[in-house]
Amino acid sequence: MNRLSSFPRKREPSPLRRIWVSAFAGMTILMLSAPAFADSNLPPAQWANRQLPDARQEAAATRLMFEIRCLVCQGQSIADSDAEMAGDMRHLIRTRVAAGENPDAIRTWLVERYGNWISYQPPTAPIGWPLWLAPLLLLGAGLLLIRHRIARRRLK
Amino acid sequence: MSRALRFLPLVVMVLIIGALLWRLANPADTIIRSKLEGQPVPAFALPAATPGKPALASADLVTGRPRLLNIFASWCVPCIAEAPVLAELKRRGVAIDAIAVRDRPEDVAQFLVRHGDPFDRIGSDDNSRVQLALGSSGVPESFVVDGKGVIRFQHVGPIEPNQIPDILAELEKAR
Repeated sequence: MNRLSSFPRKREPSPLRRIWVSAFAGMTILMLSAPAFADSNLPPAQWANRQLPDARQEAAATRLMFEIRCLVCQGQSIADSDAEMAGDMRHLIRTRVAAGENPDAIRTWLVERYGNWISYQPPTAPIGWPLWLAPLLLLGAGLLLIRHRIARRRLK
Repeated sequence: MSRALRFLPLVVMVLIIGALLWRLANPADTIIRSKLEGQPVPAFALPAATPGKPALASADLVTGRPRLLNIFASWCVPCIAEAPVLAELKRRGVAIDAIAVRDRPEDVAQFLVRHGDPFDRIGSDDNSRVQLALGSSGVPESFVVDGKGVIRFQHVGPIEPNQIPDILAELEKAR
């Protein structure tokens, strides 16, 4: 009995252990807390996450939604994004497609407001020409190089 | 192959790395501006955002003198920071209307009680429809609309206290 009580009952936690415990506590708090996205208290718009009853219209709307860029989470299409604004944009596109509007007209409407940035379909404007021509130029350069090498090998 | 050409790949690589470093040092601007500057406000008619406050239609913006159109929401934190600045603009005689995006009447009412009400009219934009029609990409944003209802200037983000002179200058330009 005496011998046992001579052992310290509680050991001071080591500094390393303390770091681990606080790191774990911090991670838990981070996981439990809601992300600080500013979101409204309204439910998603009617057609944000609901398919149109007409399969052909839904297909046309979806095709456009994959080619329109999300304004909030830039780099995602609005079809991929969970942002509220992306939901409102899907609602806008589905509503207008259901009303019989051509998806290209809706794209034009958005480009008029946000610029070509909003569309993942690059325009074939002069500024984009180098982009289209670069692969052809590189391919041509490669072919020239190969021809040159073959000619040199034949000479040997 | 000539001696100079031998260094071509190295030069190309240095150029690419240089371009990447330059982009790292100067990150691209992620603000998406409305392309509607210089064009009339798209036609809209929104219901009142909260009882006791007049609704807002595009026709209400055509008053013969410049107005500020503020896009805000009660759930938007930077909008709280912007509220005193809008109050100051109002005090200096600026006419301000607002569009409350995805908001509930009771929340708008509470926001006005808590953070002040410099607005003549507030329209409620449930599905961000008018916000999208304006080419706005978030809250808060402010548009300077001239007396004929033409958008003359867009301010993205909260108006900071030190930007009040810029806004007043834009309103003066729109006169």
